[in-house]
Amino acid sequence: MTSPAAQGRGAERRRALGARFVFLGPGLFYVTVFMAIPLLLVLSYAFLKRGRFGGVKMEFTLDNFHRVIESVYVSVIGNSILIAAITTVLALLIGYPTAYAIARLPRKWRNLALVLVVLPFWTNFLIRTYAWILLLNSEGPLNKGLMAVGILHEPLDLLYTRGAVVAGLLYAYLPLMILPIYASVERLDNSLIEAATNLGASRARAFFTVTLPLTLPGTMIGAIFVFVPSLGNFIVPELLGGGKTVMIGNLIRDQFLKARDWPFGAVLALIMVALLILLFAGQAAISRRINGRGRHA
Amino acid sequence: MRNLGWLRLPLIGTYVFLYIPIIVLVVMSFNASKLPFSWGGFSGRWYSTLLNDELIRQGFINTIIVAIGATVLATILGTLLAIGLARYTRSAVLEAYALTPAIVPDLALAIGLLVMFSAVGMTLGLHSVLLAHVVFGMAFVAAVVTARLGQTDPSLEEASRDLGSSAIGTFFRITIPSLAPAIVAGALLVFTLSLDEFVIAFFTDGPSTPTLPIVIYSMVRFGVTPEINALAALLLLVSFTVVIAAQRFTRISDAV
Repeated sequence: MTSPAAQGRGAERRRALGARFVFLGPGLFYVTVFMAIPLLLVLSYAFLKRGRFGGVKMEFTLDNFHRVIESVYVSVIGNSILIAAITTVLALLIGYPTAYAIARLPRKWRNLALVLVVLPFWTNFLIRTYAWILLLNSEGPLNKGLMAVGILHEPLDLLYTRGAVVAGLLYAYLPLMILPIYASVERLDNSLIEAATNLGASRARAFFTVTLPLTLPGTMIGAIFVFVPSLGNFIVPELLGGGKTVMIGNLIRDQFLKARDWPFGAVLALIMVALLILLFAGQAAISRRINGRGRHA
Repeated sequence: MRNLGWLRLPLIGTYVFLYIPIIVLVVMSFNASKLPFSWGGFSGRWYSTLLNDELIRQGFINTIIVAIGATVLATILGTLLAIGLARYTRSAVLEAYALTPAIVPDLALAIGLLVMFSAVGMTLGLHSVLLAHVVFGMAFVAAVVTARLGQTDPSLEEASRDLGSSAIGTFFRITIPSLAPAIVAGALLVFTLSLDEFVIAFFTDGPSTPTLPIVIYSMVRFGVTPEINALAALLLLVSFTVVIAAQRFTRISDAV
């Protein structure tokens, strides 16, 4: 026979278990059905033969992986990494000083300055990209303006170039670089910089030995926020690259919706996700080292 | 501004870069000429052709249906999930798992859902887009509400239970009201994300029920037309209004 106290504890435990089920059950079930299982399906499709009209045949193969080594696909993947990297570096060069300047603004202006950075980001992605078709067109305002002031004598082919793709991606994701850098600059303890300059460091030296290392975590987050969506993007290369600049996202889209070679599309998607996981792992390792150094100092 | 020195240059440069395309777009939308790049005087005619475009109107209705449905479901699931994660488990793995849909690349999620829907033989349409939007929406709501839960005091709920209120009564009278600002913020976030979402909708939608972003995509692919300029300017106006309103709202709720 159990004591009343033990019975009470048992009932409490059952209630806690029930509450856990009610609160966590539906959400975790949903994530499993609509994210985990779909992603596992994509993973398994990479090892199957293609079906005739999309879908797969239940036969194991590694041929899909062999095809990626063909030079066309290697160059597309390399090109995607290059474009995403150039975009990230440009976003860094523009975003860092901008974020730094915003953090140095008087407090009453700071909020407005941030809203103005975020505002374009909250407008439809396709519309933002479309605006660049308009701007870069051979008869568009940029070409006309440059010709009117006499810099150009005939219109430049700005649209449908790799540069246009980089410009479109930069335009789309620059706010994602500025915000995390701003957050880390704003948190920065100014007395550290003062200490460095009081002890005789030049302003440049103080920046590179104090400010930059302390804002590195935010900067890395910004770089990932820009690189990740740039790498998988297929809209900007299609609309601003005009089919001449093909990125891995375009390939994946085409395998699933046009060529109907789902297993090969799955392999390409795996490569994309693997690249991103490597990137996250690298970022985590670096920020662990920075934190570790901070503790030992 | 004065003490910024040379930092003024990147600051001003960034705003010029961010707003020049938008200004060009808005100016072009009032161009009376049918030719996209020659100025034919000021006119609002493209806005009226736009309002009579059946495809755009239907796309807009489809988008609203998906956004409302996804917001309601994602808000309920995400709020429950956040409370469960904060109060009924200490597992960091479970929390990471529940929030993953917010950071998975949209293209990966899109093809995964397409593969899954076709594996179970489901026909594609607005319902499949809605189900797809719930999965990332729920993660965003859960993230926002979890952040708020960290600031609320669980002893309020304990006091309510000690004073004789039932678990359900406590949930609706204490827990939900104290989380209300975060729940509203999360819902607004899901609604705007769903309205603008293209990649996942593109893969999981059926051919006869395009959402507005899909309609825009098919228009934009064929180049520059005055109607798109007007539509783009109109959508810019809508999102600017929503963002500024949300800013006001969060500032008020911060103050309370």
